[in-house]
Amino acid sequence: MIRVVLPTHLRIHAKVNGEVTLTVHGAVTQRSVLNALEQQYPVLRGTIRDHTTQKRRAFLRFFACQQDLSHQSPDAPLPEPVASGAQPFLIVGAIAGG
Amino acid sequence: MAGVRILVGTRKGAFVLTSDEGRKKWDVSGPHFAGWEIYHLKASPVDPDRIYASQSSGWFGQQIQRSDDGGKTWEPVDNTFVYDGVPGTHQWYDGTPHPWQFKRVWHLEPSLTDPDTVYAGVEDAALFRTTDGGRSWTEFSGLRGHGSGAHWMPGAGGMCLHTILLDPVDPKRIFIAISAAGAFRTDDGGEAWKPINRGLKSEHIPDPHAEVGHCVHRLALHPARPNVLFMQKHWDVMRSDDAGNSWHEVSGNLPTDFGFVIDVHAHEPETIYVVPIKSDSEHFPADGQLRVWRSRTGGNDWEALSSGLPQANCYVNVLRDAMSVDRLESCGVYFGTTGGQVYASADAGDNWTAIVRDLPAVLSVEAQTLE
Repeated sequence: MIRVVLPTHLRIHAKVNGEVTLTVHGAVTQRSVLNALEQQYPVLRGTIRDHTTQKRRAFLRFFACQQDLSHQSPDAPLPEPVASGAQPFLIVGAIAGG
Repeated sequence: MAGVRILVGTRKGAFVLTSDEGRKKWDVSGPHFAGWEIYHLKASPVDPDRIYASQSSGWFGQQIQRSDDGGKTWEPVDNTFVYDGVPGTHQWYDGTPHPWQFKRVWHLEPSLTDPDTVYAGVEDAALFRTTDGGRSWTEFSGLRGHGSGAHWMPGAGGMCLHTILLDPVDPKRIFIAISAAGAFRTDDGGEAWKPINRGLKSEHIPDPHAEVGHCVHRLALHPARPNVLFMQKHWDVMRSDDAGNSWHEVSGNLPTDFGFVIDVHAHEPETIYVVPIKSDSEHFPADGQLRVWRSRTGGNDWEALSSGLPQANCYVNVLRDAMSVDRLESCGVYFGTTGGQVYASADAGDNWTAIVRDLPAVLSVEAQTLE
């Protein structure tokens, strides 16, 4: 079980409270986690990754285990505590704008 | 009983204002989608409780919301706006080629006959349409591909397709406007497009009379006379009597002919409204006096309307989609400001009152007449 924490606006948009829990088959990577997230909550498509390029949107960051994973390859394995569910994968809105 | 619903898009959410036909007491609902930019909301003319909203955010991108109960509840629909084929490039501010990239939906124009069909004007400039109530969107790529697209350049606010006028007489005719490319028309339902900018003069481009490159801020028409178009350009208020084939200036005695909004009285096709703004570098009314100017002669002869509007220390702007009229017997006129006020006149502009104030900056105002 993978735990994901969404920014407030996306929790409201997807009509979820608190953490989201996902089942990911195979390697646990940014891509596989986001694929599972968008499969479970289709309204989140395009909100975290660009529809066309599938790149992370510029003002979002991916954190886990006190690390900024934003610039890692989307296919790199996420830390073991994320894969085991001990730690959440955090999707964070950058502090920018008004 | 008849009434009015005003759909207000702001920098930080949407608001729905409702009143009976007296238009004296208003209920305010909102913010809907708090914290998101709501560039535009508009209801279907044939199903007034069907409302579409453009919701966007620098963080989370574009969403389209749909309500089937007059704005009480909303459901997100498809937000996939993918350009048809290889999008190519347009000009960037420095003159270099820049890839077409979708940023947001500026304007939603529901069909005059089908509540499931809606046109969307987007940045970078393109026209999309849904025919299934927002579940999927398809581009009219003939607009970008008509030949001049590679030379279009963004205005300061981005390269946005912000105006969509559906001809109520000829269902295959659509007018659109892009900043800073100009006005365009299709006569075949959206496949082929041509620029309709003859007569425009823009001193800020190398050829002031160029076929494209004009910063058109807004177009308006009266449904009974769709061949007559009115335009608020970056500078100049313009008029066409031949569906855009040619334009002539009708700025007349306006104190400044810079501005963003322009609209037409619901029952008098020759009565038009603008809000003059001091200049392109000072986006507020001259002398701190907020005034709507009305022409009852289709332009050239203008009168200032100020009763009920602030006449000192007012330095707001009125953005291009932020004026609308209702269709009640005594035509109501509405506009919103970047200071968060929505002003209404129930007597065609003679007297104004702020029906709500201190909202986030207003991006759009749409009036719905409820029968």
